[in-house]
Formats: sequence, C-alpha cells, structure tokens
Amino acid sequence: MAAPAAKFGVLDMIRSIARFVPAALLLAAASLASAADIGQIKTSKGDVSVERGGATLPGTVGTRLETADVLRTGPNGSAGVTMSDNSLLSIGPNSVLALDAYRFDATTHQGQFDATLSKGSLAVVSGKIAKQSPDAMKVRTPASVLGVRGTEFVVEVGG
Amino acid sequence: MVAFAALAAGCAPRTTVILLPEPDGKKTAVSVSDSRGEVVLDQPYAAVERSAFRTKPYTATPEEVRSKFGATLAAQPRREEKFTLHFAEGKDELTDESRALLDRIFAEIAARPVPDVLVIGHTDRTGSDPVNDALARQRADTVRNELLKRGLAPANVQASGRGSREPLVPTAAGVAEPRNRRVEIIVR
Repeated sequence: MAAPAAKFGVLDMIRSIARFVPAALLLAAASLASAADIGQIKTSKGDVSVERGGATLPGTVGTRLETADVLRTGPNGSAGVTMSDNSLLSIGPNSVLALDAYRFDATTHQGQFDATLSKGSLAVVSGKIAKQSPDAMKVRTPASVLGVRGTEFVVEVGG
Repeated sequence: MVAFAALAAGCAPRTTVILLPEPDGKKTAVSVSDSRGEVVLDQPYAAVERSAFRTKPYTATPEEVRSKFGATLAAQPRREEKFTLHFAEGKDELTDESRALLDRIFAEIAARPVPDVLVIGHTDRTGSDPVNDALARQRADTVRNELLKRGLAPANVQASGRGSREPLVPTAAGVAEPRNRRVEIIVR
C-alpha cells in the first residue's frame, strides 16, 4: 500500500518523459504501472494457487495480485481477495477465477474491472469502481456476462 | 449423456446468479446477459439460472445461498473499517477521549491476518494551507507512531495529510471546528 508515494513517482516520471516520447509509448508505460498490485489475498484455505505468466505460485494469505492472474482452488480450497477499489471477491472449492482487466484511479474512482469465473463459485461485494460507474465492473461466465451495478451477489458455474 | 447435452448446446455449463440483500437496505442490481437477452436482478434473492436449454428467473432462498455458497461466503475478506480520532486545536495532540480509543482500534487492526492501514490527517479551516498541510501530516504521523508502538508492522501503515481540504463539517474559512480536527484510520 505504498500507493500515494508510488503514484506521484510514476506521474512525475511520465510527465518528464512526456516531453520527448510519443503518446502510444506513454500509454504502454501507464498500463504497466497499473498492472502491479491490484489486490491482495486476505483469506486462503486448503489448496489455493495463483497462475501468473505461465508460473504457478502458492495462493497464501498476503499474496499481492496483478492483472491477468488466475486464482484456482482445489476440492477443499477457498480464498478471499480485497481489491484496491475495496471490491471483495471470494471463491469456493474447485473454482477458477481470472482477473482479466483492472484499472482504478484512487482520486476519481473511475476504472474498469473484468473478471471471469470459468468454473466453481464466486461471491462479490462490489467496490468503488462499480459505485462510480455502473457496469464498469463485469463478471463473465462461460455463457453469461454480469454487469455489476452493486453490490452483493453470488455466482455458480456448473453444479 | 450430460456431456452430449452440453455439447449440443454449445458446451456452456449452467450459470446461476443470486443477488444478495444489502446490509443497509440500499438499492442494488446486477444485469445478466447472454445470447438470449438480458435479465436484471434488483430485489434481494432475485436469481437467474441459465442452462443449455433455457434462462429461468426465480427467487432464491437464504437456505439455497447457505447450502451452495457457504464455503464461498465464509472465505470473504473482512470489510473495510473506519475509525476517527480527534485532536486539540492547532496541535498534533490527541484529545483524551481519542487517546483512550487507541488500544481498542489497534486490537481491531491486529485481528486481521494481513491488515492494510491508511492513516489520513485533517485540520479545521483556521490557519493557512501550508500550516494546515503540515499539521495534518503531523497528526497522521502521530497516530501512525502510536500504532507502530503497539506492534503494527511499518510496511502495513501509510500516513498522509489532506490539510483542510476535506472537512467533515463544512465551514467558512477561519472557523475553528473540533470535528474537523481529526485523523481517519481506514483498515482493510
């Protein structure tokens, strides 16, 4: 949670680079900056893992999450995540949840959050992104797309 | 047989969505769209089940939620908590009432396995901006130090000051307002 200091650093850097770098590169830099540390695993029980860029990491309590991470639980597993916009997501046993896209501006509360539950169960308490802009948060399942206007719901795929 | 049916319908497994009641009764809604159209859930326990063959809106029960989602809901992280502490005028000294709350607040923070704590200092609208910005930051640092003394890990507590920009009680410039001389502690 070194967010405020880190953000100033990044903005200052972008401003100073802006004088001589095309806008497209800047956008790439900005999206890289926002890719790190979008949430944290706060609860973890049984078999929980995080897939990141081809590697599989243990999904222990305290693990910081990044865009494109995929959380997986085994038959006895469950996990809970708090995102930086204060959304709470938890998954039950035999679940696969991908954090496909995430952007959050802590000042304006604008952003975007796309997640996919490809199997298992998910409980959501939506946060500041959905509160600021209804439908800016979406949860996909293999057959449906959920537009989140707020606030608490559960989703099951299969079963 | 099941595999065949799913295959025939395009391989999509069943999706069930249930809207839960809000603790404070606020308005809430989720839209569920698929190739057959959109269903909007906007009442507590409004639900929809989308199978290979049909999209069926229905009303779920607390029992169904408990039996299907018990383990999932039990894994939910604790919700954000906020605490407010008050200060003496023009100083970074806690009021006696607020000082007495520190141990209880620390206990609530320490009950979380991986707490993220934001400590945000504020002033009332007496004094200049530079003075208030410095004072707000000092107040936040004072509270942060009190939490560190009690054993919170430094990496988990961020302090910042907002000066007089976010008064709890709106006032004209120059008005001394005890409720605005505060530090907010946000715990996730």
